[in-house]
Amino acid sequence: MDFATLLQMLDATLRLATPLLLACLAGLFSERAGIFDIGLEGKMLAAAFLSAAIAAVSGSVWLGLFAGIGASMMLSVVHGLASITFRGNQLISGVAINFLAAGLTVVIAQSWFRQGGRTPQLTGDARFNPIDLPFAEALQNVPILGPIYYELISGHTILVYVALLMVPLTWWILFRTRFGLRLRAVGENPAAVDTAGVSVIWLRFAAVGICGILCGIAGAYLATALQAGFVKDMSAGRGFIALAALIFAKWRPWYALYACLLFGFLQAMSLRPDVIENVVGFQVNGQFLDVLPYILTVVILAGFVGKAIPPRAGGEPYVKER
Amino acid sequence: MTLMHKFLGASAALALTAGTAAADPAILFDLGGKFDKSFNESAYNGAERWAQETGGSYAEVEIQSDAQREQAIRRFAESGANPIVMAGFSWATPLAEVAADYPDTKFAIIDMVVDAPNVRSVVFNEHEGSYLVGMMAAMASETGTVSFVGGMDIPLIRKFACGYAQGAKAVNADINVIANMTGTTPAAWNDPVKGSELTLAQISQGSDVVFAAAGGTGVGVLQTAADEDIFSIGVDANQNYLHPGQVLTSMMKRVDNAVYDAMMAGEDLETGFNVMSVANRGVGFAMDANNEPIVSYEMLEATYGAAADMASGELSVHDYTSDESCPALDF
Repeated sequence: MDFATLLQMLDATLRLATPLLLACLAGLFSERAGIFDIGLEGKMLAAAFLSAAIAAVSGSVWLGLFAGIGASMMLSVVHGLASITFRGNQLISGVAINFLAAGLTVVIAQSWFRQGGRTPQLTGDARFNPIDLPFAEALQNVPILGPIYYELISGHTILVYVALLMVPLTWWILFRTRFGLRLRAVGENPAAVDTAGVSVIWLRFAAVGICGILCGIAGAYLATALQAGFVKDMSAGRGFIALAALIFAKWRPWYALYACLLFGFLQAMSLRPDVIENVVGFQVNGQFLDVLPYILTVVILAGFVGKAIPPRAGGEPYVKER
Repeated sequence: MTLMHKFLGASAALALTAGTAAADPAILFDLGGKFDKSFNESAYNGAERWAQETGGSYAEVEIQSDAQREQAIRRFAESGANPIVMAGFSWATPLAEVAADYPDTKFAIIDMVVDAPNVRSVVFNEHEGSYLVGMMAAMASETGTVSFVGGMDIPLIRKFACGYAQGAKAVNADINVIANMTGTTPAAWNDPVKGSELTLAQISQGSDVVFAAAGGTGVGVLQTAADEDIFSIGVDANQNYLHPGQVLTSMMKRVDNAVYDAMMAGEDLETGFNVMSVANRGVGFAMDANNEPIVSYEMLEATYGAAADMASGELSVHDYTSDESCPALDF
């Protein structure tokens, strides 16, 4: 494997890791506040559809992005109402959201555009286009670092950089602000937060709302940056891989970045069976690479590598008085 | 009172059967709907062409879920429609159940074989069409590498890949053919993101023509090929218009012809096995204003020559599904 191939694979890793990372951080906010969210997949899908639909109609990708975030937020509100206000089962609400999004997106797309459940193709400004970072062209002939900067770091869409910036931002919010402290506390011991006079309900809704925003960006990235339009079920299980990454990362932002990059790299490897064969010397089954994220997560959950301890109050609706 | 009801009901039923005694044909579309820009729409176009040419009318239904299949066939059969055409391999199981109950009704199923005396099973020689577009790909390629992105890894899709590789190698024996499948679950039909990444990976291996036989995933493949300025090849219906000047051609399955033929035959529909091949224009490639500037005269000459050889039986393309192996490509 030569340097250029490696760079190309890392480039693919970054693109594939971005939706995982955004969804993973979304889940992190929600679960740290004690609300399990297996509806990440559905929210991404709804956001992917509405962002592509609005971008196609208006011609502006930014309007599309906001619409996508709006769609994802709507589902977040549903999840919040079901699991916070009405104290329903969080897993069931999440499953319902996944089904709702999978069905509704196709039905609405068909009735709006009559293209078999797709949106029209996006062109020009209706899509996020790659941006070249400053000096990328000029520096590309510098040995080693030049190609890394030009091929790997520069030339992605703005949402990739947003996703990467979200990692330190998430860390800062959760571990350096009062809001973050309370948010984490509400996932560990909501009664203590309530005793201190802070609204558990409000904090949990805020967390679910942030989750909606991040899932919205992830979905818009799929439909308007990686692709040029919505296709039925296009999230293809990425919400679930993001959940696996979240457990793998033990609910920590920086680990989430590493986990998503690792899972993205595994996906990128499965695209290049020829390279794997050259490196390891025998043919590796592509399905094995696809399943590796889940195997790794099970290994972590089983306690072989460190221990993944979820937020203590996760999955339980908060009841003030019995 | 009850007796009265029975009489009324009986006369109403009589009136209904009398109304459809002329035996209009019926068509059943698969999930995805008749405006899917692909398979179903092609079937719809065939039915429309029949209606326009004969001035006749036909009954149709777009089902919403798998559970409606048997009921839909029975309803048309009860109402006296004949023949009843259905598009898509998923109809095979319900049709096998229903066909024997209506021995006087003729059925036609596209893309699958149902063994019953009153059923016409229409199958396509996809490997022949893929061979032709493989030839075009090899001639359009400047790098000496062409590639294929399949949807779900099933024998039908390998049949496409195998025909494509054979065609490419017929033009240039040294050509490098890369074939990737998107996945092994039905999700592989709808993962355009992975389709894009596969295309990029193939481009980095030198490919400059990519053939997508991958359903919704193919949308991503064609998009990325257009973004990266290489040629792509569409599938099933004519997809040349998706990216004018960048889709080299489309491997066409003439589902419309199959529907048209069945409806034309009417009640005298010949049942049994019906193979749509290059010889009877059942498969082929699409030429229109969108790809005319990029397809050279030499390409057309060579592919039409090969098509003529296939039709005359001089050239036979290996069918992957016949023995689960491919002489031109390793999977």
